[in-house]
Amino acid sequence: MLAIDVKDLRKQFKVQKNREGLSGALKDLFKREYNEVTAVKDISFQIPQGEICGYIGENGAGKSTTIKMLTGILVPTAGHIKVNGYVPYKDREQFVGGIGVVFGQRSQLWWDIGVIESFQLLRKVYRVSEADFRKRLDNLVERLQLGDLLNRPVRKLSLGQRMRCELVASLLHNPSILFLDEPTIGLDIVVKTEIRDFLLEMNREHGTTILLTTHDLQDIEALCSRVIMLDDGRIIYDGGLDDLKSRWSKGREIQFQFAGHTPLAKLQQLTEELAVTWSLENDVTAKMWLPHEVNVSDALSKVVAGTEIRDIKIFETNTDDIVRSIYSSGSAEVSKETSGQ
Amino acid sequence: MMSAYIDFIRIRFLMMLAYRVNYYSGIVIYAINIGAYYFLWQAIYGDKESLAGFTVAQMTTYVAVSWMARAFYFNNLDREIANEIRDGSVAVQLIRPYSYLFVKMMQGFGEGLFRMLLFMVPGMIVVCLLFPVKLPTDLSTWLIYLVMLFFSFLINSQINILTGLFAFFVENNEGMMRMKRVMVDLFSGVVVPIAFFPGWLSGIMQWLPFQAITYLPSAVFTGRTPSNEIAGVLGLQVVWFLGLLLPIWFVWRTARKRTFVQGG
Repeated sequence: MLAIDVKDLRKQFKVQKNREGLSGALKDLFKREYNEVTAVKDISFQIPQGEICGYIGENGAGKSTTIKMLTGILVPTAGHIKVNGYVPYKDREQFVGGIGVVFGQRSQLWWDIGVIESFQLLRKVYRVSEADFRKRLDNLVERLQLGDLLNRPVRKLSLGQRMRCELVASLLHNPSILFLDEPTIGLDIVVKTEIRDFLLEMNREHGTTILLTTHDLQDIEALCSRVIMLDDGRIIYDGGLDDLKSRWSKGREIQFQFAGHTPLAKLQQLTEELAVTWSLENDVTAKMWLPHEVNVSDALSKVVAGTEIRDIKIFETNTDDIVRSIYSSGSAEVSKETSGQ
Repeated sequence: MMSAYIDFIRIRFLMMLAYRVNYYSGIVIYAINIGAYYFLWQAIYGDKESLAGFTVAQMTTYVAVSWMARAFYFNNLDREIANEIRDGSVAVQLIRPYSYLFVKMMQGFGEGLFRMLLFMVPGMIVVCLLFPVKLPTDLSTWLIYLVMLFFSFLINSQINILTGLFAFFVENNEGMMRMKRVMVDLFSGVVVPIAFFPGWLSGIMQWLPFQAITYLPSAVFTGRTPSNEIAGVLGLQVVWFLGLLLPIWFVWRTARKRTFVQGG
């Protein structure tokens, strides 16, 4: 069964246009002008149950707008959405009982009351039985190490502590789909890792479907089997992360550390027949960049034959670089050409 | 589910209790207000026995009761809703399986209860000691008044909710909220009983919901409304309560369609 089914989803906003100057302001007073902005442009995708899917894109690409439509906060302008068997904006109150949502930039806990009181209130809101609640809470508290935080008011928690509490709050009713909107924003590496491990475990044990937006690609690498990439309201990539890497990365880089001084000219001469490029780091270190067409063993054997090597490192193009180049090109087609496919 | 809604009342009550120091000064301010109006009316009456059907004693009681009632029905739901819409936290409210507006109403009620118990009751005692206020001795009047006071709260909160929801449509509804506050205070009869308005204006007032907030219950409580009209007055409050549900439902529905959650 599909957890999320989206077809030709579109969202348009009317944005007030402020005209310039005093006369503009006066005109605005009587007749407002609006700009239509299309934040999400006819996107379609499907996510099966139990999948962890990353939803990435630049700021303003339409990620949050999509999440807000999927969670029933926003009503789409056009298109079909089915999440968990519901049309989110239509049966909002029943629908949200089956999903969990974490907004990294907004707290869903009550600011002035203790964490445990927030949880108790949520228990009543979601109509969770006391026994289930105890069991789940104990489990979550143990896994996310919240023990001594429960009695503190939310405003006295650090960001990392609060985020873990937010996660618990979104899971108390055991939702089958979890939406995470930038869950690791502003967190230190330890908390990030903890949260990632926790999410993976939960996905394995309960089969929870997770859709997460993030700017931290390590979240994606650690969690997601699938990535949907959005640019300017359109989906420009939908598939596995490995696919993405091999499709968009243009090659790899090999760093050599030589026994002695090795001039650039000599290295270039050694690999004459191959389409590789060299750059010197210092006297004894050089980097060779080779596109995917060139076989690593071919290139290596040429270099090994003519030099004495102390150390070799191979760098795969990292995801950050790939994504950066996709964002800056902004279009799937251009990059496809250059990736040589 | 109802227990969750009741919890919202409880939590708001506890939160108000946590910040109760703010309210000690409130009692003094209300007492000063009542005092100021008392002396003002004394001056206006001069040596006249009654004005617009109010005797001096009735007027004193009316002023005291109206201000104390205001302590109960007054809340800042309009501002709370407008702020939540403006800073986008209304999004978090919408991912929960409850009715946002009903929760707001409950929070307002928690606030009202708090003010009634820790503000209105002690305040009333202070006022009774300071000024010649004559409260009814008839138990049924008290009961009817409590029911009417509850409807005052409902109608005032409905007007607040409507005003707050306009934040969905305009970028800044600060001016609207201020205008609403002045209108409620003036037209509901806290400042001047509606009987004192010129004929044409009190004629208009009859057709607005504001009089149902203060004037009608206070008039019943001070014995100005003949007992055979009490049922009709209460009925009018109920009609306004039901009537206001319609625009709220409509505005909420329209707002949901064009919500555009600010930030992120």
